[in-house]
Amino acid sequence: MLARIVAEAPEFFSYYNVVFLLEAMLATFALSAIGCVFGFAAGFFLAVSRRTTSHFLLPLRTLTAAFIEMFRRIPFLVTLMMVFFVFQGLGLDISMFSVALISVCLIATAFIAEIIRAGLESVHRTQWDTAAAMNMSLIQTLRYVIMPQAWKIILPPVFSFFILFIKDTALASQIGVVELTYAGKVLNNKGFSAALVFGAILILYFIISYPLARFGARLEQKLAAARNS
Amino acid sequence: MSYTLQFGQVTGYLPYLAGGAWISLQIAFLAFCGGMVIGLFGAMAKTFGNRPLNRVVSGYVTFFMNTPQLVQIYFIYFALPDAGILLTSYEAVLIGMTLNAGAYLTEIQRAGFESVHRNEMEAAETLGMSLMQRVRYVVLPHIARVLFPPLSNQYILMTLGTSMAAIFGVEELTGRAFNVNAETFRSIEVFSLTAGLYIIVTLIATLILGLFGRYMFRAKMRLY
Amino acid sequence: MPQLEILDLKAAYNRQPVLENITLSVEKGEIVSLIGPSGSGKSTLLRVLIGLLPPIAGQVHLDGERIDYGDKRTLRALRDRLAIVFQQYNLFQNMTALQNVTIAPTKVKKRPAREVEEEAKTLLSKVGLADKFDAYPDELSGGQQQRVAIARALALKPEILLLDEVTSALDPELVNEVLDAIRLLAAEGMTMFIVSHEMGFVRELSSKVAFMADGHIVEFGPPARIFDRPEMARTRDFVSKILRH
Repeated sequence: MLARIVAEAPEFFSYYNVVFLLEAMLATFALSAIGCVFGFAAGFFLAVSRRTTSHFLLPLRTLTAAFIEMFRRIPFLVTLMMVFFVFQGLGLDISMFSVALISVCLIATAFIAEIIRAGLESVHRTQWDTAAAMNMSLIQTLRYVIMPQAWKIILPPVFSFFILFIKDTALASQIGVVELTYAGKVLNNKGFSAALVFGAILILYFIISYPLARFGARLEQKLAAARNS
Repeated sequence: MSYTLQFGQVTGYLPYLAGGAWISLQIAFLAFCGGMVIGLFGAMAKTFGNRPLNRVVSGYVTFFMNTPQLVQIYFIYFALPDAGILLTSYEAVLIGMTLNAGAYLTEIQRAGFESVHRNEMEAAETLGMSLMQRVRYVVLPHIARVLFPPLSNQYILMTLGTSMAAIFGVEELTGRAFNVNAETFRSIEVFSLTAGLYIIVTLIATLILGLFGRYMFRAKMRLY
Repeated sequence: MPQLEILDLKAAYNRQPVLENITLSVEKGEIVSLIGPSGSGKSTLLRVLIGLLPPIAGQVHLDGERIDYGDKRTLRALRDRLAIVFQQYNLFQNMTALQNVTIAPTKVKKRPAREVEEEAKTLLSKVGLADKFDAYPDELSGGQQQRVAIARALALKPEILLLDEVTSALDPELVNEVLDAIRLLAAEGMTMFIVSHEMGFVRELSSKVAFMADGHIVEFGPPARIFDRPEMARTRDFVSKILRH
């Protein structure tokens, strides 16, 4: 096994293969990063909509709760398939990258909405009451009172989710998105040994994920130590 | 719209799919149990072990937590035969999921061990408890209460994670969904039904685990 | 015409009635104290008045105008005229003392920042915190935090101030500094609702006292009558227990 890896290595690390792998790494990173940025914005909206109180918005709250509960309980692979076939059924021709990105956005929205909901609830109820008694609107309460206190509870798990999804997007290779795992399959099909190819792919994932994980751990420590202001 | 939903053709496959869900739960259970054993030794090694042992375990955990489970299984299934280790796809999936779970469960259990506070132990000692009594009446109940919620959560996540076994041809829920899809071509119906089954199965699992944790360990857990 | 009039008010918490048949009125400049055992509904009445717990029956009139707690606009108008100080101070933890006082006037009432800040500094000085403008809540003692909370409520220029057991969470030696701040307000003619266990203070300051038990007003009248010649057995019982201490 080792002898074969050593023999194949020079050819494997050709200029074209390296560029191919770097582009695939970028796609892997982009899928998770864009998905999480979108997920944060949409998740924030959903988490806040659950805190509204008017009877008029009850359907919105119910739908939001159902969305969050459902998409956290469907495997990424199944979500990918559903999104793929829905667009196919609608007769819309979109790229596989878009299909994967939409799937990541859906799941990220549900998970991050739940993280933000927990973060908002971590701020004591009396802070909400006090703001209400002072006539602050929901937006003002969030902006001036709640978010300045909640963000350090929210940020670490959101960042962990982002890193988790860098690895989970490997499943997007199944519908032909050219990301890191798909690149591995292509090179394996070209005849390079599986040990060399998938060994290299594992290391490349590690190179993306590990520094981010270290950064996330440092971030969490810093936020935990930081004062409220 | 060129597509009309026709669930009628698919509902007949419901028992077949539900059987797949049962297999998913079994795979998750096996991998979870294996992962718990690895995790227990891993957590003990990280908490009480000497430096070299600690390094080895940390390396294992760090590597598996920072790489995708899918590629880990690819490596086991496609690369190990080069070294003379031939595995069926089911075995490769199970070994991959177990090793991956072992890494996460090491971290979870280590955090549980660390949450036992020294003063709690000292208080038990001043009450005249022996070491065995302290472990039995103070340490274990405490660890169970702290660990049960994150372990349940991990089990649910692993149940969803079993869907990647389908990629290797294992006929669990997602694998069977692929089969039904190939026979009926009612893709949206098949996969929404499959998604529904995952939702139901994990909701039931959450409920059962939540009730169990609440009444057995007085753990703070949501039931849905 | 009374400034605030409550008629047959009823409120419930998770379908459990917590207030029933509450009827009382306050003239401008009067101080009404609510006394009674814990769980009798005193604090709940204040929460209902400021709209944190909507009543299920009864009426509240402010200057003769009926308040509809279900309507956002009227609720805003009401909260424009009422302010509340809580037992646990509830200062915004992410803001300095000064920011706590200025946030609502600048952001809710949209008043000019500089003017509000000058006022806030005057108010904080008035309650003896001239040297604590930039301190965060976790750097202040309970008594200091409660005085910031009072300044914060006053910065809203309320017509009626609700004080919910403002000294209960304080160490005994800090109680007087907060009571002095309230005495100052009383001297200025502010209408106030006070929930308190400080009977000496209640007796000295109140225009009227309501004794509450089990969500009802048992007896309502001037302090001299409630404390010296209570008509109801329950009031007598409560007062004698309290005064024996």
